[in-house]
Amino acid sequence: MNTTSLKQRIEAIYRDESRRVLATLIRLLHGNFDLAEESLQDAFMAALSQWQQDGIPDNPRAWLVSTGRFKAIDRLRKRTRQDNHLEELALTLESEMQSQPLVEDETIEDDRLRLIFTCCHPSLSMEGRVALTLREVCGLTTEAVAAAFLLPVPTLAQRIVRTKSKIRDAGIPYEVPSPELMPERLEAVLPVIYLVFNEGYSASSGAQLTQRDLSAEAIRLGRLLQALLPNGEVTGLLALMLLHDARRGGRTTASGDLIPLEEQDRTLWNRAQIREGCDLVIQALRAGPPGVYTLQAAIAAVHAEASSTEETDWAEITGLYDVLLRINPSPIVALNRAAAIAMRDGPEAGLQAMDNLTEHKELRRYHLLYAARADLLRRLDQTQEAIQCYQQALELVQQEPERRFLQQRLNTLQKNS
Amino acid sequence: MKYLCLVYYDEKKMQQLTQQEWDNLNQECMGCVEDLTQGGYFLDGAPLLSTDTATTLRMRDNKPLITDGPFAETKEQLAGFYMLEARDMNEAIRLAEKIPPARYGCVEIRPVRDLMAQDNLR
Repeated sequence: MNTTSLKQRIEAIYRDESRRVLATLIRLLHGNFDLAEESLQDAFMAALSQWQQDGIPDNPRAWLVSTGRFKAIDRLRKRTRQDNHLEELALTLESEMQSQPLVEDETIEDDRLRLIFTCCHPSLSMEGRVALTLREVCGLTTEAVAAAFLLPVPTLAQRIVRTKSKIRDAGIPYEVPSPELMPERLEAVLPVIYLVFNEGYSASSGAQLTQRDLSAEAIRLGRLLQALLPNGEVTGLLALMLLHDARRGGRTTASGDLIPLEEQDRTLWNRAQIREGCDLVIQALRAGPPGVYTLQAAIAAVHAEASSTEETDWAEITGLYDVLLRINPSPIVALNRAAAIAMRDGPEAGLQAMDNLTEHKELRRYHLLYAARADLLRRLDQTQEAIQCYQQALELVQQEPERRFLQQRLNTLQKNS
Repeated sequence: MKYLCLVYYDEKKMQQLTQQEWDNLNQECMGCVEDLTQGGYFLDGAPLLSTDTATTLRMRDNKPLITDGPFAETKEQLAGFYMLEARDMNEAIRLAEKIPPARYGCVEIRPVRDLMAQDNLR
């Protein structure tokens, strides 16, 4: 075999296997993240030279895990002169290598779950969880994660170091939670994936509305988790992301301006992805009482299946929001429900439902409350009030494409008044 | 590993409990300590009198500075502590969930570090 194609095959193996091998090495190296990362690199360096002579082994994954273990002991040996603690770890690893030389593929899949639950442990800050998950589970470089979140590289690197230290110092274990703890621990994992998706779907500030890479990464992560742990809410979250992402092609113009739902060209939506999302919604709903992600996915599915806003089943959507509000009484859900009521019963009913919401402290600085009110007032030809609401929304909006959209609506109203 | 579980609650809210409710809660705590001891998790622990009884001491320039009350006014006040021996953070969380006042306030779980001659953790 020539060198180029061997190198390409090793690169492909790196893409497919490196995260699995890393997850297993972290467990075998007693939760030592840094040592596992270094040993993983060592193992691939060794593969480059050795596989050239001997060919690629039948089970490259097992070869890499085993080589990584040896390399870790080598590294520890070189450092032990300064540290008794490492000396001890090296001895333990050596004896473990003799007693359990082989690693089953099944445990390797479990290790991927262990890695996810450790990186997303509720004792870690949300930003630490996000950074560490993208770095360790998805294998993004620190530079790539920093760029995606518009942060300086040293800030992000520091965040990752701190998060890893907390895992070590606070004794956060490398384990998959027991079945009775699973629901509460998933509550710490799913928001991490959804936050990554949303950061990619609509960046929280700045000019760039879509950072496709992050959304794609979140969907990949959602698929991985769903394959490893087919639970209702995991399936619901994957469905939700697929359904939102399927509408990506229709939600902005070529120049990056937002197009509201009722004006979107629905032929641009990704039908195959919508079908997959809808199938997953059904699967999630069958899994038991629906959680917040499954309900949001069901709402997204109703939108995605309708041929226009007029054809949309707003009664169904309002009903789903009622259930969602009961299990998650957040003012933002209440606002969305009010917007659905406006579509079902007319703008006046919608405004009435929104009237009580201005009381919420959380919503008082939320631009979409004013944008939603403005839109309903506009439909009722209450132009002056609508203008006022658009102005309030503009004072609070942070995202550039949304600001342009609101400004445009305001300009049209002012021209006609 | 050793974990210190610090129990906080709003003293004003607890004052509103009737004597009977307060005694019941304390009996629950006694039961909790018993269970933790039987499981081999309980190392030490104690409830504290209210922050009204607190004195704060600072040593500055070798001189004591003594003031009344806790060092910081907070919404919830330290009410007691449990020192537990647990395998890891997950076990510590599972044990702390059983501490009765967690229903009223919160429990902060902190890993304990060892004092060493050098290379002390920060």
